[in-house]
Amino acid sequence: MYQIAKNRLPELFAAIAKEQDLFLPIRKCDQANYGLWSEEVQVDLDTLKTVKSGKDCFFPQSETLYSCKKEDGKLSLDPAKLTEEPFVVFGMRACDVQGLKVLDHVFLKDPVDSFYAARREHGTVVALACHEPEETCFCKVFGIDAAEPAADVAAWMIGEALYWKPLTGKGETLTGMVKEFLTETEERAVEEEQAQIRTIIEKLPYSHLDLSRFKPENTMDLFDDSRWEEMYQPCLACGTCTFVCPTCQCYDIKDFNTGDGVQRYRCWDSCMYSDFTMMAHGNMRTSQMQRFRQRFMHKLVYYPANNEGMYSCVGCGRCVSKCPASLNIVKVIKKLGGEA
Amino acid sequence: MQERLIERAKELLADGTVVRVLGWQQGDLGYNPEPAYFNGPEELEGFVYDGFCGANLSKYMIQAGKLEGKSLVFLKPCDTYSFNQLIKEHRVNRDKTYIIGVGCKGTLDIDKVKNAGIKGIESISQEGDVLKIKTIYGEKEFPFEDALLERCTVCKGKTHQIYDELIGAEEGQEAGPLGNRFEMVEKLEAMSPEERFAFWQNELSKCIRCNACRNVCPACSCLKCVFDSNQFDSAQKANADTFEEQMFHIIRAFHVAGRCTDCGECSRVCPQGIPLHLLNRKFIKDINEFYGEYQAGEDTDSRAPLTDFTFEDAEPGIVTERGGKH
Amino acid sequence: MQVENKKEFRPKIVAFCCNWCSYAGADLAGSSRLAYPADVKIIRVPCSCRVNPMFILRAFQRGADGVILCGCHPGDCHYTTGNYYARRRMTLLFSMLDYLGVENGRTRVEWVSAAEGVKFSTTMNEFVEKIYSLGENVRLEDLRCKKD
Repeated sequence: MYQIAKNRLPELFAAIAKEQDLFLPIRKCDQANYGLWSEEVQVDLDTLKTVKSGKDCFFPQSETLYSCKKEDGKLSLDPAKLTEEPFVVFGMRACDVQGLKVLDHVFLKDPVDSFYAARREHGTVVALACHEPEETCFCKVFGIDAAEPAADVAAWMIGEALYWKPLTGKGETLTGMVKEFLTETEERAVEEEQAQIRTIIEKLPYSHLDLSRFKPENTMDLFDDSRWEEMYQPCLACGTCTFVCPTCQCYDIKDFNTGDGVQRYRCWDSCMYSDFTMMAHGNMRTSQMQRFRQRFMHKLVYYPANNEGMYSCVGCGRCVSKCPASLNIVKVIKKLGGEA
Repeated sequence: MQERLIERAKELLADGTVVRVLGWQQGDLGYNPEPAYFNGPEELEGFVYDGFCGANLSKYMIQAGKLEGKSLVFLKPCDTYSFNQLIKEHRVNRDKTYIIGVGCKGTLDIDKVKNAGIKGIESISQEGDVLKIKTIYGEKEFPFEDALLERCTVCKGKTHQIYDELIGAEEGQEAGPLGNRFEMVEKLEAMSPEERFAFWQNELSKCIRCNACRNVCPACSCLKCVFDSNQFDSAQKANADTFEEQMFHIIRAFHVAGRCTDCGECSRVCPQGIPLHLLNRKFIKDINEFYGEYQAGEDTDSRAPLTDFTFEDAEPGIVTERGGKH
Repeated sequence: MQVENKKEFRPKIVAFCCNWCSYAGADLAGSSRLAYPADVKIIRVPCSCRVNPMFILRAFQRGADGVILCGCHPGDCHYTTGNYYARRRMTLLFSMLDYLGVENGRTRVEWVSAAEGVKFSTTMNEFVEKIYSLGENVRLEDLRCKKD
């Protein structure tokens, strides 16, 4: 366990950024989102949840896969380069880190997604414990401990100091790199902080949601539940919930005509959109109710059925606070799970 | 007032005037009610009407008009402008709608409360001019005024433009002095082009192309949006280049120009807090200046500014001429 | 902006011309041997009001440095009133582009009749001049469409 004074963090960031790209929550136009550190940016470690999760750092909203060009009658193909340089993502929360594990199960399984794999291989995650969890948080429901984020380095902001604990080989390497800023310290302060965080989490309104009904054996019952018809109705079919979600992993691949060539890129897709999974014959989900159901069935039933019971919701609560119609997964869990 | 609304809705359901009620359903956090249909008196137990019922229900009436029977809808004064505009565009069915105009003291922005550092909210109640907020970190207070959505600080009036009956319409009438809704537009106009460019670049770069602004907008009622066409390069989801965001927001604002009632839903729902209303208000301000004062949704039969003209209209060159002072 | 290091700046100008007046005006300019820069690419449209704002933005996206719309003089529209609608649309669109910080000299509307070959030529010369002075369009560009 190490520590560094809070007011020395800018030096720490500068030192990391000198060696590697450093992504962390940056405040811009009143909102916190992950971005590349530089002297000019306003780092924001106080906002509990960035608008978009840190998912972008590993699975960007939009990325070019390759580009084709036609020159002198010849066609040339230029594949996008995979990430080769190490980089650091600082300030992810325990839920977002778990979100990466959800993505790992999708992208690192055969066939491996080389773009994602390269970023995962080269990225070191420093995760912050949640000093003051909010009412929209329900990570506990999914067995995540916000007091002890399971990343490469776990960190705690306590009073005027940041506590730093490497947990993996990558974390050790990063620690070695910035050792001059860190001083060794005892675990006591962290243990107290952890106890306090856990006490707060116990009191959060969503911390005790009952997931027992969301089991593969109930798939058909849940699928056919008549209440989907009423639950979906306020849904505007926008993509807010999907785009702020740390675990949504669906994407679309499109071609962009640049005038003298084609760029093939992929971008996040949303199951809320009417053209999601559109194929030549049309779309197999023809109503918003079906699309709405798909989103929650995927998170709570289909994904765990295929991934040893691991839910693809991490309880970050972003959809809870961002949905324009105040719909969210909690309302679904409560209704179908039998609480409301 | 909430009780009066429930009472009246039950009566109208019971006497068969309407078969369903479109209103707001109590949420589970004290600030997250959702728009909902209530199909019977027992369902109305969950009905709520408070400062967090900001959602404009008029757009839902496009769908409701296609359902069997008449629907009761609760509209706040500014929502009635949207409904009128939808009538003008033949998008809602007036005959299948029973409108209760509800009084409005202003709608609230929970983010303003949260940005002030109030976390862990368990419940919120209003007592006079303050919001009493119970949080897991203790009891907090927040001035009602400071929690108002931007649109409500420049409210366009508490008069319902269309209704079958009014309940509590006197509420909020005594509200204090209002701001000038074009203040920020004027401020931007006074900046240099470089500053303006930087301002919008910063704001629009936050856009995640979730389409919430479009989908919530009562004026955006196209069956198929041009940005949903897969024949089109700048298809909805991609924010591959900053141009995409500029394009999307310019075209969207343009398409609702002259039809936008300035209901402010776009800015309310934007997950990134982009002040989208500033685009719409620019068009409104220009229309007022060039073609005479116009408020969309005030009537159901006049011609909209962009489907109308006069022989003496300003030439487009006026933009460059005015450019001197900008 | 590193214009210095690059090749000399040659602007790309898109001119939307209505079929009935301005396109004929351009024709007349040609047959009268009046010169206008080759940087102007004309796109013929049935009427100035056929041009929707998306056309203008798409032109910029695809690398235009200036966009000009030419149509019949107000009162002379082949379809009676098309250009009156175009006039309102373009006024509002240009004002919006200006509001977003795009240089307002990059967009222009000019009414050119079939008899005004001279006006067509002088307008285009002026406009190209203006775009030269403004330089490359970087505020409404799509980087993917930039050739290196």
